[in-house]
Amino acid sequence: MSVRQGFLALLSERPMHGYQLRQEFEARTGGTWPLNIGQAYTTLQRLQRDGLVEPVADDDEGPERFRLTDAGRAEADAWWLSPVERKAPARDELAIKLALAVTVRPDGHGVDVRAVIQHQRTESLRALRDYTLLKRDAADDPDGLAWSLVLDSLIFAAEAEVRWLDHVESIVAQAAGTRPAPAPAKVPTKISAAPRATASRGERR
Amino acid sequence: MSAPVVLRMTAVGRVHGHGAAEVHALRGVDLEVRMGELVAVMGPSGSGKSTLLNLAGGLDTPTSGTVTVGRDDVGSLDAVARARLRRKHVGYVFQDLNLVPALTALENVALPLELDGLSARRARAEATAALATVGLDDLADRFPDDMSGGQAQRVAIARALVGPRRLVLADEPTGALDSVTGEAVMRVLRQRVDAGAAGLLVTHDARHAAWADRIVFLRDGVVVDSTGAAAGPDSLLHRAVRA
Repeated sequence: MSVRQGFLALLSERPMHGYQLRQEFEARTGGTWPLNIGQAYTTLQRLQRDGLVEPVADDDEGPERFRLTDAGRAEADAWWLSPVERKAPARDELAIKLALAVTVRPDGHGVDVRAVIQHQRTESLRALRDYTLLKRDAADDPDGLAWSLVLDSLIFAAEAEVRWLDHVESIVAQAAGTRPAPAPAKVPTKISAAPRATASRGERR
Repeated sequence: MSAPVVLRMTAVGRVHGHGAAEVHALRGVDLEVRMGELVAVMGPSGSGKSTLLNLAGGLDTPTSGTVTVGRDDVGSLDAVARARLRRKHVGYVFQDLNLVPALTALENVALPLELDGLSARRARAEATAALATVGLDDLADRFPDDMSGGQAQRVAIARALVGPRRLVLADEPTGALDSVTGEAVMRVLRQRVDAGAAGLLVTHDARHAAWADRIVFLRDGVVVDSTGAAAGPDSLLHRAVRA
């Protein structure tokens, strides 16, 4: 999705000027997509260039407001019903790490895949717990629905990751049962050694 | 100052059977649950979750280490005293079949209070208040069979913490519920714990475990990991927005 489609959706409610659009966009996406005012005006200019919005005629008060043209309205309507394309799988650091963990044998010993999975699961559960904590607070906020939905999407994604890790663990355990067990523990099992993967994974999303 | 510890498990072990048939259900488990704290336990089947819950509720005694509920060392109590501890201090919420089908919601919640020796009238008054804390005072006269699964679980939570009870043990309380209803039940459990109770929750569902302050992971009877307590609100917001 682009800011452009978000603006068309907002303008389908009522005409707005650039600053208003920026504010509404941020408020309704739970503040997860901050815009600067320059971006807002550039987007508006391009929408006008493409014939999707036009200035409101005879609009005396304040800064120039824009409304949808017929073409703009058609595009706004079409957007709701066009499914978001799932992009080609990104190079998922975690999937690659696990793929390597089951094959690489540092110093001739297998990696302790269970420990790798456990550290990751703890990290994912920690993120899940933190999002849930935010959601608890969002429920008390009368305007919290948008924010709460954004959090839900993070929550379900983290849950999916935990379920996937459980699945990988079972598969690896089964595979280990049918093959000679690898020599243990290349990765330390201490909690303190858990990698803080959040930052890099956060950037990826 | 931190809140008082309601449940304390220190170096707890539980062995079933003898000799070659010996099974270590739990080994060296340390766990503390304070007032106002909800702790979730996750782990695969056979990891010792049920044993842990049974020990915490005084249904079972450890073969090594100590389990303390309030001021009582569960292992040092005889069967009668343990039964009394369970009845007076611990509330349970299971996946289903929590309520007595022949009793109304109000009567179900009042039952433990009447067993405590309260007059029927006082028990009803306290049970009415307890139902209100889970938002179900309008369903007081409803029978369990005429309630939804989510409503029945909320009644079970009200009953678990009625009167002087301050420790709630929940075993897959959302197991049979859909996503939104399960979440509503977790929200109620969370609120009741926040209002002054300690909770220990066993669940397979990561999304529901996430309502806890801490998530502890069990495997083969050993605590292998824990999320630790939550960070401050600023860092939470920071992380959620950046993610």
